[in-house]
Formats: sequence, structure tokens, C-alpha cells
Amino acid sequence: MPIVISDQTVIQDFVRKVEEISGEKISKCMQCGTCTGSCPMIAEMQISPRRIVLLTKFGQQEQVTGANTVWLCASCHTCLVRCPRGLDLPKVMEAIRLVTLRMNENYIEPFEIDSETIEDLPPIALVSCFRKHTA
Amino acid sequence: MKIGYYPGCTLKSRAKNLEDAAIASLARLNVEAVELERWNCCGAVYSLADDDLIHLLAPVRDLIRAKDQGFDKVLTLCSMCYNTLARANLLMKDDEEKRNTINTFMEEESDYAGEVEVVHMLNFLRDEIGWEKLRQVVKHPLADLKLAPYYGCTLTRPREVTIDPAVNPVIFKDFVEALGATFVNFDHATECCSSYQMISNPETALKTASEIIASAQSQNADALILSCPLCEYNLGRRQDAILEKHGGLKPLPTYYFTQLLAVALGLEPSVCRFDLNPPTSAQLLQQKGLLAQTAA
Repeated sequence: MPIVISDQTVIQDFVRKVEEISGEKISKCMQCGTCTGSCPMIAEMQISPRRIVLLTKFGQQEQVTGANTVWLCASCHTCLVRCPRGLDLPKVMEAIRLVTLRMNENYIEPFEIDSETIEDLPPIALVSCFRKHTA
Repeated sequence: MKIGYYPGCTLKSRAKNLEDAAIASLARLNVEAVELERWNCCGAVYSLADDDLIHLLAPVRDLIRAKDQGFDKVLTLCSMCYNTLARANLLMKDDEEKRNTINTFMEEESDYAGEVEVVHMLNFLRDEIGWEKLRQVVKHPLADLKLAPYYGCTLTRPREVTIDPAVNPVIFKDFVEALGATFVNFDHATECCSSYQMISNPETALKTASEIIASAQSQNADALILSCPLCEYNLGRRQDAILEKHGGLKPLPTYYFTQLLAVALGLEPSVCRFDLNPPTSAQLLQQKGLLAQTAA
């Protein structure tokens, strides 16, 4: 589906928020796509990491936060190691997650995980998951 | 030699096999790992938000414990703890403004400015013991094993805290060879295992994990070697689910690097706690005659 960029869809405040939370300048990105080519989760992502940066630059908050991309990013940092512009994309992904989480909207609900699974999981799995996917 | 030691939560529960084998191996190498008093959870992941300092308090508090207890180095075994502590340490060293805010906020603690060095055990073995010395003290070389070391994400990324060059690291290769085993290189050695996505997006995570196992098997590896309890969960503990879902794969034993170190040093197999690994792990060592004492 084409993405319409107009007064109605551009949320300038979104760019400011993402830059403020991440401490990164989105404009650093030159759209080379190395991040997308490096991402181990790319096959499952609705919008590629390169396009997430582009759409963020254009203030497309609904598109960006509505895609599964930032929730599939596990902060493996491969894109950061390879980025020729030194953009800390894991920080940008975290900032976009936080735009949603700080509205008190969880990505997963801890009480929905069955007790057998919880029993079996290593504590670092639970702590890291809740840190990344809950408000 | 004495060194301060930070275990982390998982090593006291699911990953006793990572810890017990390490402590016993270090003792054999005349190193006493002194567990920090009053350590707390490191938070498992380093906060990536610029405006979030509250999540730094946990790892910084651990570093303060190490400093207050007189250690200039703190040893870690878990990759995630290593990464979180090392990054928090770097921030306290380099960012004056955030350092001052954190120190002021935790006024009940001593001031901290990154004085303690965070060391992963692989670094410790390389830098303080040395591969040559390790080779000399190996009692049962793992000569008949083809081992594929899996770094995952947090040992080598980001660059500021990598334990070896972030691209094409060799530290695990040197370790494997010091134990007398054959090193197996494979494409997915530094790919993400999907981490905590095993909880939130299990289907994707199983697929990612299956690719790592397939990649190691395509290079004829006998087993995967790990340093992270979350990688172990995704690639070892969940392996039955992976094999069931993704046909064409054979079971692949997984070990923590410390377990194989203990075996090679000739320690009692009981310190390796193979009961916490997938059953194939102990079976492979038995087949290779490396677990004779357990069999008897």
C-alpha cells in the first residue's frame, strides 16, 4: 500500500521524540540499506530497518509504530557494527518502542505467559523481555 | 590469584552448570573467584534510551560493590551480565554529566567513576592465564571433538565492549584449540539467537535458532559451545521444539565453555552439572570416552 505523506500524516513531534530519547540524529542515515541486509530478523519484519528510519524522518508515526519491526529487533547490534554512517540504530529502535511503551501500552502481557514456561525460562530471559516489551 | 566475581541471577538457578564448572576450573588454575557480597541483578539488558538513567543504577551498584570490596577487576561468566556491566562501566567512565547525576542520586553509596574493569572469563583465560599455559595443564585433551563456538550478540557487540575484534573474533577458536579440540567455523557464529523473542515471538525465534543449528551442522560440528544462558535456552533447552518444527536437523549437543574446560582439566564430572544440559550433551562425551568417571 502506498504511504501518503501529507499534513495529516506527518507528525513532526515524533521525529523530535525519537531523537530525544535515542540521542541520535536520524538525518545521519543515507539510506544505504546495510542495516536491512544485516538484520537477522528481516524475513519476518513488516517494514525493513532502513525504511523505519526513512519513515521516521518523514514523521510517519502511525506506520512506524504500527509495524512489527521494532518489536522483532532484539538489539543484537549487528546493524550498528556495520553502519557506514555510525547511526546507532538499536538506540533508534529502542526510542520507537518507548514512544509506545511510555503511553503505558505493553507489547506482551506478562500474566498471559503460562506458569510452566515461566518456570522453565532463565531469569535473564524474563528480565530482558519485560524490560524491552512492557511499560 | 584472587578476583572479584559477579555471578548474576541465572547462574544461581538455571545455569548452575555454567557457574560450578567455572569456579572449579578456576580453582584448578589457582584462581580464587571471590563472589561479591550483596550483588544484585544487573538488569540483563543495557538501557539504550538517552534519558533513562534509572536502569543504570542496578549495574552501577554492582560495580560499586566490587570497588568497595577492594577489587580492581570483576569477573563475569554470563554474556548478558558481561555486556550490561561493561557498558554501564564505560558510561560511568566517559560521561561526566550522567556520572554526576547517578552518583548524586545514590548518595548512600561511594562515588564511582569506572575504576573497576569488567572482564569476561574468556578474556581472563587469554590475558591472565594464557593459551599456552592452559594447553599445558589440560589433562584430557578433547582431541576427538569438533566444536563450533557460538558468540551470539553480547560478547562482541557493540564495539566498545567487545571481548575480541567485533568482526571475525578468534578468542573462542583459541580456547577450543587450547583444549585440544578441533575448531569449527560456521556462518552463524555471531548471529543473534533471537534472545528474549523466544517469549514474545516464539515462532520467529524457533526459526532463527534452527538456522544457527543448521549452519553449525553444515560444517559437521559435533556440538555448539556457549557462554550465554539465554542462548543455551534458545538453542539447547528448546532444541526439541526446534527439531520438531524444522525437519532435516539432527540433535546437536550444547555445552557451556566452562563445562568443557572442566572436562579437559580432568575435574570431577559432577562439577559440570550435565544434568542441566540436553541429554545428548553427556551422551556425546561418554561416546568419546571423556566422561568415563560418570559411567563408572
